[in-house]
Amino acid sequence: MPSETSTAPRATPAAGPGKSPAAAHNAGPIVSFKQAQQDPVWVRWGLIGLTYFVVGLLIVLPVYQVFYIAFSNGVAAYWRALTADPDTRHSIFLTLTVAPIAVVLNVIFGVAAAWLLTRFRFPGRTLLTSLIDLPFAISPVVAGLMFMLLFGMQGFLGPWLKGHGIQLVFAWPGLVLVTAFVTMPFVARELIPIMEAIGSDEEIAAVSLGANGWQTFWRVTVPNIKWGLLFGIILCNARAMGEYGAAKVVSGGISGKTDTIPLRVEKLFQEQPLPASYALASLLTMLSIVTLLLRIWLEHKTSQQVQEVKAEHAATSH
Amino acid sequence: MSRTRSVLPGFSLSFGITLLWLTFLLALPMLACAAKVFELTPEKFLAAVWTPRTRAAYMVTFSTSFAAATVDTALGMLLAWVLVRYEFFGKRIIDALVDLPFALPTSVAGLVYSTLYAKNGWLGKHLVPWGIEGAYSQLGIILVLIFIGLPFVVRTVQPVLESLDAELEEAATCLGATRWTTFTRVILPALYPALLTGFTLTFARAIGEYGSVVFVSGNKPFKTEIAPVLIVAKLEEFAYAEATAIAVVLLVISLGLLLVINTLERWSQRHAL
Repeated sequence: MPSETSTAPRATPAAGPGKSPAAAHNAGPIVSFKQAQQDPVWVRWGLIGLTYFVVGLLIVLPVYQVFYIAFSNGVAAYWRALTADPDTRHSIFLTLTVAPIAVVLNVIFGVAAAWLLTRFRFPGRTLLTSLIDLPFAISPVVAGLMFMLLFGMQGFLGPWLKGHGIQLVFAWPGLVLVTAFVTMPFVARELIPIMEAIGSDEEIAAVSLGANGWQTFWRVTVPNIKWGLLFGIILCNARAMGEYGAAKVVSGGISGKTDTIPLRVEKLFQEQPLPASYALASLLTMLSIVTLLLRIWLEHKTSQQVQEVKAEHAATSH
Repeated sequence: MSRTRSVLPGFSLSFGITLLWLTFLLALPMLACAAKVFELTPEKFLAAVWTPRTRAAYMVTFSTSFAAATVDTALGMLLAWVLVRYEFFGKRIIDALVDLPFALPTSVAGLVYSTLYAKNGWLGKHLVPWGIEGAYSQLGIILVLIFIGLPFVVRTVQPVLESLDAELEEAATCLGATRWTTFTRVILPALYPALLTGFTLTFARAIGEYGSVVFVSGNKPFKTEIAPVLIVAKLEEFAYAEATAIAVVLLVISLGLLLVINTLERWSQRHAL
């Protein structure tokens, strides 16, 4: 969200109350333009106070509690909780394997889809655009179930796959599939508006000067979209590492084998004192905080880049 | 396939990758879901989706989602207003924090909320003696859904409020309207489409939510069991057909809501000031 625009004053302070023609005609109390948008002080401070209260209660307090309980027995205990238990170690390893694979798959898909939808006009384009968003609307549990019905032992392809020695559900490939499903829209959604805004002039110029498709893509497109792409990858990764509902359905919950970090958090919560599950949950919380920080930085970079390209266009077209 | 000719290469390749991915991850699983449901006779389908337990689960899902979306609409309006209109200390931090529910894994949200509002939790130990059970109750579900859905309304209302023409309010003030009249008669009507879109987004998200609710609700059938939890329960009993039937009901509702959201967005674009 560009917050800069909100800080710009809407009325010029130079137009004083007396000089404004509208106010001069008005026989009632003289009001300046600036005052027309200003709320009384008590309303302002009341609402700001309420905002602090809401954000503090709903967001800050829970995050603070995660770290407070995670470190309640000291740093050494925290470290032990993360590293001593082999099942916990394996869950960290599994998440660090599954999420990157899903992210890579979705980067390939996202770039292809964005290229297709912004560089070509063809029948069915609008339908395709809305299909990409569909995973956001589907409950993760339903997503997991759909993959069970397809690849599970009682599913349509499960027995055939088993005959060929391939097991997808209750194993890491199934986790990759559902994770890829729930994170499918992120990269494409991030790239489509950016590539639409930048336009295809530079790419057409490159092609007409004799560059082939890959050269055009790597030398012209990628440098233009790199920050947006990175932003999409970060959002995709945050969701991939934190996915719980869909993963729970297809994982089968085998400790030390198919438990990702969020699934392990649940088991620790049920089986052990709070600090154990909170220590592991604190990793996911840190991930989300880092994601937010990177997001602020990258949003700034992305809008800068789109403006630069547009400015170049304006300069060359004159 | 006819398309307007473009000098750029890569149509077949990008089309191929996109179609392959959508077929493999979206079309095939949805077909499997449909095929499974058609294995059931209509009577069996009805028997699966319309039992007292499923009815109770739909009720809990809808009432808690509706309550959370309503609260989020009010809170979202407040946050968007304060972030757009006022300058104050910590504004940028609060603006960034609003997105945290998008970035925080839902299971962590559920974990923390259940501890916070439990009998011996930081908030629960003050609230439970007053009879306010914020964990393992429907109120607990609503609280965590409020957290999950908080960013939606803020992020749909914020841009509309930013682009609102200042002259409208100046005109209203010049014509003698009080601040409150200007707000309810001039500003709020311009925000209705955004508020409605935000509400529907929050509601749709809340209906499918599982990860956070499963931690806070206690999952008691007829009381705090939501539809997605019921699906998982059926799966654990290996009742695949029943689970799929309930899932299809949920899926149809989600797709219907998606349609509503798209229509709302197109409608608000056409009626943009």
